[in-house]
Parts: sequence; C-alpha cells; structure tokens
Amino acid sequence: MTTLARAPLPSGRAGLRAVGSAFDVERVRADFPILHQQAHGHPLVYLDNAATSQKPKAVIDALVRYYEGYNANIHRGVHYLSERATAEYETARKTVQAFLNAARPAEIVFVRGTTEAINLVAQTYGRVHVGADDEVLITAMEHHSNLVPWQLLCEEKGARLRVAPINDAGELILEEFEKRLGPRTRIVAVGHVSNALGTVNPIATIVKMAHARNIPVLVDGAQAVPRMPVDVQQLDCDFYTFSGHKTYGPTGIGVLYGKLSLLEAMPPYQGGGEMISSVSFEKTVYNKVPHKFEAGTPDISGPIGLRAAIEYLEGLGMETIAQYEHELLRHATEKVSAVPGIRLIGTAKEKAGVLSFVMDGVHPHDIGTILDQEGIAIRTGHHCAQPVMGRFGVDATARASFGLYNTKEEIDVLVRGIEKVREVFG
Amino acid sequence: MPDLRDLYQELILEHSRAPRNYRELKDADHKAEGYNPLCGDHFTVFVEMDGDWIRDVTFQGSGCAISKASASMMTQSLKGKTRAAAEEIFERFHKVVTGQALNGNQEELGKLAVFSGVSEFPTRVKCATLAWHTLQAALEGKQGAVSTE
Repeated sequence: MTTLARAPLPSGRAGLRAVGSAFDVERVRADFPILHQQAHGHPLVYLDNAATSQKPKAVIDALVRYYEGYNANIHRGVHYLSERATAEYETARKTVQAFLNAARPAEIVFVRGTTEAINLVAQTYGRVHVGADDEVLITAMEHHSNLVPWQLLCEEKGARLRVAPINDAGELILEEFEKRLGPRTRIVAVGHVSNALGTVNPIATIVKMAHARNIPVLVDGAQAVPRMPVDVQQLDCDFYTFSGHKTYGPTGIGVLYGKLSLLEAMPPYQGGGEMISSVSFEKTVYNKVPHKFEAGTPDISGPIGLRAAIEYLEGLGMETIAQYEHELLRHATEKVSAVPGIRLIGTAKEKAGVLSFVMDGVHPHDIGTILDQEGIAIRTGHHCAQPVMGRFGVDATARASFGLYNTKEEIDVLVRGIEKVREVFG
Repeated sequence: MPDLRDLYQELILEHSRAPRNYRELKDADHKAEGYNPLCGDHFTVFVEMDGDWIRDVTFQGSGCAISKASASMMTQSLKGKTRAAAEEIFERFHKVVTGQALNGNQEELGKLAVFSGVSEFPTRVKCATLAWHTLQAALEGKQGAVSTE
C-alpha cells in the first residue's frame, strides 16, 4: 500500500512522462485520494471499476478551479467569466476529439453518458431510418443501455430487433453476425468491450462487414475507452459512445461521436435553448452541429473534468495502461480460477478489464457480502446484462473489474477473500 | 463492527445447503412468486390451508444463502399455525431483521431469532424478508410477483 508521505505526481503531461516507461502503480495510487481509506477495518480494495472509476486529484482540482475561478453560463455571454468558461468548455471538446482521433470537434456531442448517447441516436437517426419491418441488429452480450433504446425504437416503428449470438466463451460468432446483416438492416449496435464478460469485439471487422452492405454501426465504448487507445477514424464506425465517470472523470458527462454528415442530417433530440439559431412562433431554425444536440445549459464542469481525466490518462499512455491492466487480468484469471468450485463466466481469447465468476453452491450475493467485510469492493448481480446471465444459465455473477490503480497485491487479497468464502460455506 | 459469523451462522448455512420443505405443492390453495431482480433471488411459495390453519407450506426457487435459509425456516415455523399466528410471527421476524426492539421474548421466535444478525447488514434485509412477503401475498391472493427491493 502506498504511504501518504509520497508527494502526488504533478498534473499535466510533462510531469507524468518523467515517470518513465515502467508503470509505477504506487506513484499512480498516490494521485487518487479516495483509495487511501479503510472499509470495515481493512484497506479498501476497489475492484468495481466497470461500475465507476475513481478520480485523480487533477480531476477534482479542475472541478474546484472551475467553480472557484470561472463558473459562468457559456456560449452567449459577453463578459469575462463567460468567455473563459466557454473557452474551457470548447477546448475540452477538442481534447476529446483528439483523444478519440475524430476528424473535427463538431463530431463530439456532450451528453450525460453512454446511455443518453445511445438513446439520442435511436431517437433521432433511428426514428428517421428505421421503419416498419426494418431491422436493428445487436449482439447477445449487450448492456441494457445498448438494448432497451433499440427495443423501444423497434416497438414504436414495428421493426424487428435481431440478436447475433455468442459462443460459450462469450465471443461473438462472426459468421452468425454476418448472416444477420440483411437488406432490411438499418443499423448495427455493438459493444466494444462487454461489461459482464470482458470480451473485446473485433470492431474494425464488424464495421467493414456492415459497411459492405451500407449499414451504419454504433459502438458502445463505455468499457473500452478507459482501458485502451480508441481511434474512431481507424475503426471507421459511424457512432461511438463513452461515459466520463468510467474514464476517471466526473459523473454526469459522456460523449457521442458521430460522423459529421450523419449528425448534420439527424433531426434534433431535445429542444430548447442553445440548440437553436433563431426562434419564432412560426418557425425555428436549429443550431449547427454539435450544438444542435446540446439543448439547455449543459453540465459545464463535466467536460472540464473529463479533459483533466483525459490529460491524466495521456500522461500515462493508453497503450501502457492497456498493457498493465492486461497483466492484472492475466494474474487474476490464473489465481481466481485455481480456487476450488470457481467457474469463470466470459473466457474470450480477447478480453479486457473484467473477471466475472460464479462459485459452486454459493450465491454471488453472499460472495459479495463476505468480500465486502474484508474491504473488497466487487459487484454482484446481473450487471445490467440479464440476457447475458441467461445465456450462461446463471441469475447473477460476481464481477471484479480493474482500473489503472489496482495492484497484483490487491488481486491476491481478492483471492484470499474468495478462499474465505469457500471456508464459510464449506 | 459486525462479525460475519453474526450473519452466516451455522444454522443459516445448513438451511441454505439443505432447505426444508423445498418442493412444489401440486394442490396448493394459494401460491405466489417473489423476485428481487437486482440480486436474482427468486422464489415461489405454495400454501395448503385447512380452514384457518396452514396445513402445509413449501417453496421452490433459487437465491442467496440468507433468502433460502429464511424461506426454509419460515416453512418450518409456520406449518400448523393459524393465519393470525403466522401474521404475528412475520411481524416479529421483520422487527428482528430490521434491528427493532422486540416486546416480549425473542425466544418465542425460536430458530428464527438467528436472523437477528441481518440487521447489521442492511443491504441483505430484503433477502431475509422476500419469502415472508411472498407468503403474505399468497395468503392474500395477490396477483403478480412480489419484490422486497
């Protein structure tokens, strides 16, 4: 465990690059104030990062600086504070653009989170392009947020929701996916990394298959963006979504990336101030993209906090983070599966960040409570992926999910906790 | 600080491993379903009445150790009781698991008193009470699944 005597890393890229190529997790941990506490008399072991991530001091400081220094409503003020706030907000948009390698800042729409982003696309692009007897294609491993918005759309329009199946390892069966790309398919929606199984989907391949048939693709990147470099131009996806709070940033902010031509053609989502360019009772003209999709006063602090998070991540390097987390996952997979009576749920060849498991004769809920008493935070339940649970014949799993500040020692504590569960239940 | 042994006592573990009255009642007078979707506890409770007396009460389903043990001990303690007596036992049980003081003897609850530890684990109270609320719904002839979430 880190000692509080260590000075936190200086924020910003220059200070972090000085750390060197080896990933110094103890120095990283010193940047996250919340990690240094006890839960039920034991050091906190936070392994619920797929639910939400913890925040580095740089992000917390950025939020405090905003509210202490330049909080003002944006885009329309002519005074000093408003100009500063607007500049910071729009700079944050450019930071996100660069982070995803989008072609232009106008392709970055700020929303509340992945869920809102997907609802936005379903209700604007979806409403225009999906009609009666058309099809929307998703996969069997989707989070409810990349499932229910499409169900709602299909119900409304009399369209059909089709589901590409997964194999017993939790991998998408590409041939079966391709078979379901038909003449009536109007959009494909697929997760980049599964929150329940950890499976990493071959997005570039999926996009090529869909584009060969002129079908656009929306990618739910909520679990991918925190863990690996994402290049939306290289993937060539039409829409990409992620959430700030899972990416070491604040809650209440998320991003919808969309190709400019698509966003421009889409009708508005929410109406109100900001998304208009002129209003009269007879006719209202909408603002240009991305503002067309940002009605009302936004969570101004959100992008500012998210920018600080992205800069923190880029200081460490997404490739470095991905490699480090891969090593954690490998270690955890090896040790956890060695405990008697454990069955791993989600054993894809390509996985990231997440280890779901069940234990013979012990309900995940009981595993979670016993681990909690040891200071270990995991998640138990259906993980907003009830169809995935059903596919593997379980009601719920226990899920440990990793972040860039977790350590091998913490994983060993987890394993000892799981062994204790075995002892209690016999 | 609550001790895990307060929650996972030997009796609870035993009942969750080998639940009593764990079967369907084909000719049940009443039956109801209880489901807590967030944690996945899912039970059906069956009741056979003899006038005002509970002749037989059984359950089926799956769930965590707390919910299963609670259902099992519930069926044991309510078999042969009147509706009114069952209602009273439920009220006392509910007080025990939510940490409220009991007037009179905790002993009267018998084995059910072992669930007093649940009050120190507030997120698990719903597990302990699911089968009981389900039974109540069965006796009242309520439609639809019950939940304690």
